[in-house]
Amino acid sequence: MSEPVKPNPTSKYLRTERLPSIWCPGCGIGTTVNCFTRALDGSGFDLDKVAIVSGIGCTGRVAGYLNLDSFHTTHGRAIPFATGLQMANPDLKVVVYSGDGDLSAIGGNHLIHAARRNVDMLVVCVNNFTYGMTGGQVTPTTFQTAVASTTPYGAYEETFNLPRLVDSCGGVYVARWTSYHVKQLAKSMGEALNKKGFRFIEILSPCPTLYLRRNKLGEGLDEMKFYKEKSVIKNGASTTETDLDYRKEIVVGTFVNRERPTNVEAMEARMSEVLGAKYVPYESPGKKPAWA
Amino acid sequence: MSNANPSGTLTGSHYLDGDHACSEGAIAAGCRFASGYPITPSTEVVERLSARFPRVGGRFIQLEDELGASIALLGAVWGGAKACTVTSGPGFSLMMEHIGYAAITETPCVYINVQRAGPSTGLPTQPAQGDMMQARFGSHGDYRLIALCPNSPQECFDLTVEAFNLAEEFRVPVLVMLDEVVGHMTEKVVIPPAEQIKVSERRYTKKKPGEGFKLFEAANGSMVPEMVKAGDGYRIHVTGLTHDDRGYPAMNVPTHEKMQLRLQDKIVENADRIVRWEEKDLDGADVVVVSFGITSRVAERAIKAAREQGVKVGSFRLITAWPFPEKQIAELSKKVKAFVVPELNLGQMALEVERVVAGRTKVVPVPHVGGTVHNPETILNKILESVR
Repeated sequence: MSEPVKPNPTSKYLRTERLPSIWCPGCGIGTTVNCFTRALDGSGFDLDKVAIVSGIGCTGRVAGYLNLDSFHTTHGRAIPFATGLQMANPDLKVVVYSGDGDLSAIGGNHLIHAARRNVDMLVVCVNNFTYGMTGGQVTPTTFQTAVASTTPYGAYEETFNLPRLVDSCGGVYVARWTSYHVKQLAKSMGEALNKKGFRFIEILSPCPTLYLRRNKLGEGLDEMKFYKEKSVIKNGASTTETDLDYRKEIVVGTFVNRERPTNVEAMEARMSEVLGAKYVPYESPGKKPAWA
Repeated sequence: MSNANPSGTLTGSHYLDGDHACSEGAIAAGCRFASGYPITPSTEVVERLSARFPRVGGRFIQLEDELGASIALLGAVWGGAKACTVTSGPGFSLMMEHIGYAAITETPCVYINVQRAGPSTGLPTQPAQGDMMQARFGSHGDYRLIALCPNSPQECFDLTVEAFNLAEEFRVPVLVMLDEVVGHMTEKVVIPPAEQIKVSERRYTKKKPGEGFKLFEAANGSMVPEMVKAGDGYRIHVTGLTHDDRGYPAMNVPTHEKMQLRLQDKIVENADRIVRWEEKDLDGADVVVVSFGITSRVAERAIKAAREQGVKVGSFRLITAWPFPEKQIAELSKKVKAFVVPELNLGQMALEVERVVAGRTKVVPVPHVGGTVHNPETILNKILESVR
């Protein structure tokens, strides 16, 4: 094969030796990773100082493909792992990248509490409305009447509106995009990367193998067309107006962008106030490399 | 080995309970991150850390549950801190998944478990030693770790320091297995000057990024890989999946076998360096009482009474429950008439003694449901029966 005319700009952010990925054709996760690499590209960050943490599932595999310090943790526990990592090494920019089941079902408790504490991390949630890796079971975001392998007669429970959930818990940056909105998503990821505190981006994304096919919704490309037709950008919209319904309008945009002290800032302020000169602030091991 | 940091070490003579002694041991060992979730009878460890850490440059976080608490410390370790968490009873059950994750990712860390009577909520919060097999086998799959059993507040301090040292030396989770009595009893604890406390620092590789460092490759002929921390430029990958020397997932039997056997062998083949015990009056003994934790203190009285009645009885106290002192017990089993094994459970470490003794001599368990300690007379009677 001849050399490509121009190297793929995402290549330097990927562990190309690990490709091809495990993701199915038409899956949206890879597209979101592409957007993430573009956001990193524009961030000017020292990539040695960016750490990515994933839970378990299809999106949980993102950590393994990014050429960053990466941690593929246990199911649902990416956020508390990332909390420890960030608090122990505040010189790192910590990003959690995982799916709707991992973050909002098994990991839901950590999601709400990390938002409440305002832990300094960006959480990227790829919402494909199903547990892809285990065969397409129902998740807290599966729409009513959509078929999943554990709701063969159609889902019937109420769903989470994730932006509304995280907003109500205190997240400082909350956005929703779809894997169709590559430009907006990359820009939003860039904004979020540059912000402090608990930031949350939900990305609606097709799972052609287990969600679309089972619900006779076509291929990945059909879902992209659907996202294009049904999405309405409403930046600054109240998250109370962003509920999703099966095959109805999709409100996307950056809904929340505010400032609030992080858990560590609040802790340091409190300790300084109470202990005064007796307070010994934590010394980050990230100040110099262990090999230096 | 280097010396403890004098700025955190509370050198001097104190009256401390076992839980607080663990906190001071952690600080002296260089621990500067702890995560926790409230549960009796272990919370005092993190209560003290939450008070002490801001004065010694440490950070504590109380998580929303034990699932979070048992992995936040692992994140902190990869960030470059020494870290621990603490729990009891149901919390220990919830932490099992992450003890397995720590084992497979070879994360040096310390879990302190102050045992109370179970199963489930059980008999809060009265003593038991019922988590000994769970400590060894509680997480799914095969793995090895180290478990230490202090029997006094002084030893809570000493063995917590030791736990951090062993964790760094072998890149393994180390469990400090107290029981409620040891955790809550107050005794004199002498904390030596920092320069007399030996501390193992993290075994960071000297290879720079780009010089071929592999995160899971046995290093320097020791079977234990060296460490790095996030942010230093290595672009490491850490996963709970079966992985190769680089840390990359590899779903095949040869990789799994190589990884699993090294995780086992780094502990099994180094057992001589890890195993710790205390023996007394073993020369010429007919009976040996094998005990640990608070039960060893109760057994002392029974042993004394038996010796007063002319029985040649010695004591073998387990300091490491895991790895189990196989060699030492096997050797003794060729010489003695019986082992008597009192413990605050219905027979756990007694099974291990039976396994190692392999029928060469008699093993007499002295089970107890927990909730209180043995009556020394019960142990005495078993000693007397065993030589009849």
